[in-house]
Amino acid sequence: MYTASDLRKGLRLKIDSDPYVITEFNFVKPGKGQALYRCRLKNMLNGSQFERTFRSVDVFEPADLREKKMQYLYKEGDKYCFMDNETYEQVYLSEDQVGDAIHFMTDNIEVEILLFEDRPIGLSLPNFVELVVTEAEPWAKGDTVSGATKPVKVQTGYTILVPTFISEGEKIRIDTRTGEYLTRVKG
Amino acid sequence: MMAGTDYRDDRFYLARKSHALHLRAFFLQSLRRYFAARDFLEVETPVRLPSPAPEEHIEALPTGDWFLQTSPELGMKRLLAAGYPRIFQICQCFRAGERGARHLPEFTLLEWYVAGFDYRDLMNQCEELLICVLAEAGQDRQLSWQDKKIHLAAPWERLTVADAFDRYAPVTLEEALANHQFDEILVEHVEPRLGCERPTFLYDYPAPLAALARVKKSDPSVAERFELYLAGLEIANGYSELTDAAEQRRRFEEALRARARKNWARYSMPEKFLDALAVMPDAAGIALGVDRMVMLLAGASTIDDVVAFPPETL
Repeated sequence: MYTASDLRKGLRLKIDSDPYVITEFNFVKPGKGQALYRCRLKNMLNGSQFERTFRSVDVFEPADLREKKMQYLYKEGDKYCFMDNETYEQVYLSEDQVGDAIHFMTDNIEVEILLFEDRPIGLSLPNFVELVVTEAEPWAKGDTVSGATKPVKVQTGYTILVPTFISEGEKIRIDTRTGEYLTRVKG
Repeated sequence: MMAGTDYRDDRFYLARKSHALHLRAFFLQSLRRYFAARDFLEVETPVRLPSPAPEEHIEALPTGDWFLQTSPELGMKRLLAAGYPRIFQICQCFRAGERGARHLPEFTLLEWYVAGFDYRDLMNQCEELLICVLAEAGQDRQLSWQDKKIHLAAPWERLTVADAFDRYAPVTLEEALANHQFDEILVEHVEPRLGCERPTFLYDYPAPLAALARVKKSDPSVAERFELYLAGLEIANGYSELTDAAEQRRRFEEALRARARKNWARYSMPEKFLDALAVMPDAAGIALGVDRMVMLLAGASTIDDVVAFPPETL
């Protein structure tokens, strides 16, 4: 069990049988009064959020969560299939569970599948992925304004703003946490 | 701010604190000048104590069989009782488990006592002191902190706890007390609104929330206690001192029982303090958070920014 003094941003708790992550945390205490722990919690299954103030006497159940390296295989209907390359165990995630990661998932990419009580509930991607630009307007020669961007489409169908010098067929590196362009990959 | 990984990180983070550390030094000098000019004696009382003041919500850190002080209150009152009528102290205090954007487990308090004063006199003096030292720090008419501009001209706002709940809280003070939600409502609805246009003295606390304060003669349900707020930050806590040793012993016993129910550290009764209290003159005393005042002066959003080494960097 956790006590109130264990509470911090990022800690994962089980509340009413669902896993929650603390997204904001504040310790507050009137000088002569009792210690209070103000938390913003996010349900890791459905994304709903709420705020609650806990007292130092409160105790919490840890959420049984772990991560497992798996490879993305294919999409089947509205399910996404992943496989553990050592045990060949396969798991499925729904579109909601995959969320925005879908924009950066190429076939066979290795991801971390998040398991809650051994049930897959989501995934996390590597921080950086490299994707091929499949559709881009050609670079207009007269366009020399530095810092200008244009939208292009990458192999997953995701549209992203890139510098104007990027052309079709080139590979770019993307930060999956922000969804933003980082750099052109040479070669 | 994270702990540095090597000396270059230390140098970087400490260089960024230079402004705050200079303001801190200047503020301390300014406080001492104020008290020296008014015939106060600067005192030092022991940091290690065998019997800290039993308080229900403040936990001392153990050091051997003794404890580190959570405030210098008991030692200073023994000095008052022995005939030192105007005393102040600036010292490190320690409180277990208190860590947040506005809390450090080791922090600096200014505490002072004046024989013959009551809490109203002390509110006036606190106002005078801060106007004086803020002016010396170049903040003579208003103080800007985060998005707030606080006008410093006297008189500062004086607001009873009951009126503050009526004005800012969704429930009355009586309802909050009946539901055991005083602290929650205070921090959530009341504190953030206090001292935002001009500093606010919140005063006349419910008697059970003032373990070492005198209750009001005209209304025994409230204690002659106040807190000063600037920009929603709790800055100082003061009161007319309880001088009835029997009553003080009764309150301490109650606090010891409440602490035992929570399995908090066992303290022995501070008998020498209680002996002194029996002969202590009427007086008022106040503790002021030095780190938080420096936060306001430096425009710092966290207390980490105004001390050289928060505990995580050690």
